[in-house]
Amino acid sequence: MLKDITLGQFFPGNTVVHRLDPRMKLVLTLIYITALFLAQGLFGYALMLGVLITCLALSRISPKTVLRGLRPVLFIILVTVILNVFFITGETILFEYRFIVITQEGLLTAAFMASRLLMLIVGTFLLTYTTSPIALTDGLEQMLSPLKKIRLPIHELAMMMSIALRFIPTLIEETDKIMSAQKARGADFDSGGLIKRAKAILPLIIPLFISAFRRADELATAMESRCYHGGEGRTRMKVLKSAPRDYMALLFGAVVIATVVLLRAAG
Amino acid sequence: MDSIIKTEKLEFSYFGAADSEPKTVLKGLDIEIEKGTFVAVLGHNGSGKSTLAKHFNAILLPEGGRVLVCGADTSDEELIIEIRRRVGMVFQNPDNQIVATVVEEDVAFAPENLGYPSDEIRRRVDEALKMVGMYEYRSHAPHLLSGGQKQRIAIAGVLAMEPECVVFDEPTAMLDPRGRESIVNVVRNLRDKLGVTVVLITHHMDEAVYADRIVVMSGGEFILDGAPRDVFMDDVTLRRAGLDVPETTALIHALREDGLELPLSALTIEECADAIFAALQPKSEKYKNEKE
Repeated sequence: MLKDITLGQFFPGNTVVHRLDPRMKLVLTLIYITALFLAQGLFGYALMLGVLITCLALSRISPKTVLRGLRPVLFIILVTVILNVFFITGETILFEYRFIVITQEGLLTAAFMASRLLMLIVGTFLLTYTTSPIALTDGLEQMLSPLKKIRLPIHELAMMMSIALRFIPTLIEETDKIMSAQKARGADFDSGGLIKRAKAILPLIIPLFISAFRRADELATAMESRCYHGGEGRTRMKVLKSAPRDYMALLFGAVVIATVVLLRAAG
Repeated sequence: MDSIIKTEKLEFSYFGAADSEPKTVLKGLDIEIEKGTFVAVLGHNGSGKSTLAKHFNAILLPEGGRVLVCGADTSDEELIIEIRRRVGMVFQNPDNQIVATVVEEDVAFAPENLGYPSDEIRRRVDEALKMVGMYEYRSHAPHLLSGGQKQRIAIAGVLAMEPECVVFDEPTAMLDPRGRESIVNVVRNLRDKLGVTVVLITHHMDEAVYADRIVVMSGGEFILDGAPRDVFMDDVTLRRAGLDVPETTALIHALREDGLELPLSALTIEECADAIFAALQPKSEKYKNEKE
């Protein structure tokens, strides 16, 4: 059951989207998010939807995967829709019953908000679906490396992130093992109220923590044995290089955001 | 011959709870490990063998005496990276040694730390992976591999530093028999094919039979030191250290007691089988002759 966690899930592939420089993908994702928030009116949204669908098609990520990824956030979107429908006041009243008032403006705002949220989530999913966690942390580290000058521990943060990613499956496996061991001795994780369940988790957390600390200690020794001494003087096997396609993608991003701004000004 | 690791009156103790006495783990050890040899260090749990190993690449620093790696004192801060590059170390739990989420990225970790250029790292990674027979798995995720495969990745990660000596700290303790066999083969190949000095810390007797020299530890001291056949002959001292002789030696001892003439030098399973076969041969021929 714990195996289903989709945290930064990556689907290997060899499409244009996969091969883009991770730094460029991060920049493009930022551009995409900005454009999404700048977009206004039907045309603006239609344009963004077109961009998203094109990118999805290029990356060959199946629509099924995208929908499955959306399941956990559905609730948030639903809440947004309900709030907007009932609390936006407007002039064109479509339906009125005692204190419930539904206006045309409310419905429209709700629809725009929901589609904006959906596109935002799917767009950022695309980044993690097509970029391996390593490439992503590498890209982040390189993009943020100018901040090292003001003594921000960028290398350390990137290293922590990649180690965390490396140990997620190991710790999940371990949690499963401890759960099975506890269940074999009569522990009950699945019934009872919230408090009872939270209490049942405690005997799970403690052994997990102890083992995580032991692992951390051993990992640190192993890393030292392999000459790790921080980011200073460290080189990389895979050096990130920008290809022509990266600049093409950037151009595409620039065109999209310019169009969105123009549409906004015109509308 | 030149020694690669040399300890002089090495002492070390652990501090337990605040008010308890510090526990002396290593009691003034002197050992010299020669270049290109395969040395097995045997000992029961708590004999101090892992603590000793951690002194070989400056993970622990001696409290008394000193440790020299290729003539360099391990307490010299300036030389620590070079010492660790020369003496690599493989630990018990493969999961806790793997840093990256892709096999080749993990193997690249050490040469990246050492600051080699990218094509040199690539060459080292490919060579190390081929050496341990994991080249086809270079783009796999380590957590999906078996224990033995993960441990071979960990060995490749050390080999990518092109060390002169590799110290194995109970590398097979968490593996199934098949994984164990694959690791023992890799360990033997290191010495035979690459000429790397190997120090194998273990409590599996059958792994130690391949060594050139066996050192037995008990209570923080060396109690036996010599060629495998000499060490295994002294089964009284071995038992006192909480160790057993290998099954082959036990079998030969038992057969000798029953009057079969067998050499005590047969240690590996093949040698043992050959020796028994040879010892039985004349008898069957005699039997044949009598019949005729």
